[in-house]
Amino acid sequence: MTALHDTTGAASQPAPPTFYLVDEHPHPEGSSTMFGFWLYLMSDCLIFAMLFATYGVLGGNYAAGPSPRDLFELPTVALNTSMLLLSSITYGFALIAMQSGHKGGTLAWLAVTGLFGLGFVGIELNEFAHLIAEGAGPQRSAFLSSFFTLVGTHGLHVTFGIVWLVTLMVQVSRFGLTGANRRRLMCLSMFWHFLDVVWIGVFTFVYLMGVLR
Amino acid sequence: MSASAETIHAAGHDAGGHDEPGFHVSLRGYLTGFGLAVILTAIPFYLVMSGVLGDKLLTAFVVVGFAAVQIVVHMIYFLHMSPRMEGGWSMMALLFTFIILVIVLSGSTWVMYHLNTNMMPMSVTQMQQMP
Repeated sequence: MTALHDTTGAASQPAPPTFYLVDEHPHPEGSSTMFGFWLYLMSDCLIFAMLFATYGVLGGNYAAGPSPRDLFELPTVALNTSMLLLSSITYGFALIAMQSGHKGGTLAWLAVTGLFGLGFVGIELNEFAHLIAEGAGPQRSAFLSSFFTLVGTHGLHVTFGIVWLVTLMVQVSRFGLTGANRRRLMCLSMFWHFLDVVWIGVFTFVYLMGVLR
Repeated sequence: MSASAETIHAAGHDAGGHDEPGFHVSLRGYLTGFGLAVILTAIPFYLVMSGVLGDKLLTAFVVVGFAAVQIVVHMIYFLHMSPRMEGGWSMMALLFTFIILVIVLSGSTWVMYHLNTNMMPMSVTQMQQMP
């Protein structure tokens, strides 16, 4: 006890040790953006995990209605998957054009990516419309409720991704490939590829294993 | 004091370079990833649509295996994940998310499976009185 008093009371002691940074050191602008966006994606991943769990639990409750085998058409799903995969590689091409500073190339590849994304959403909406017309809407059974929630949430993400993509195309065409725009394009690239990763889970667990069941 | 703060700062951030935040992309990386993804997508679709393997359970396991590999391929070639990214914090967040994901998915299916099997069977009269 006395020893402690001695050390704290001694003013002559040279610089007491600190275990934290006393001064806030400077961060260059946007240095933490990518990591922050990654954390957002991880939280989004948890949303999808819960929707997948819901589908896993309710996916077998047909309420004497149609089963996945009756409803799903794998050729359409394969087409949809290829749309999303192609949009992924074209976004990669846009990033390569951005890296070498080609504004026109970046914009062109972004436009191609957006078209593939629109194709994906269009095919999915068409599939949904068919299901609802057949009387297999989200209110038919627990299986269909969870199916529409999971696949619809993914489709909604892609739709908002397209909105973001168009916004960035306007930004790039107006202000060029500035530092901020490059950062935004990289964030959207992570978002877009992340949606493709989620789609792997959807086509495997919902469509392929649904048809197997 | 400020000198030591500077060195900590430098060690924390200079790995990626200050001028270009994020990652470096290459054409070869994207094409490799795309090629692998196409193969890893086509095989499970073929297996399910043709039913070559015969056994459904075996096909399901193989299909899930392909999906797991394809997710890793996407992570490496499209999302540019590496253990060094952001000083390892990206990988840490990913691992944490993965653990939560496994708990949520396996826990839900496990609990609900047992709930369904242990549910009291309903008689026909009870069924008819259901709303």
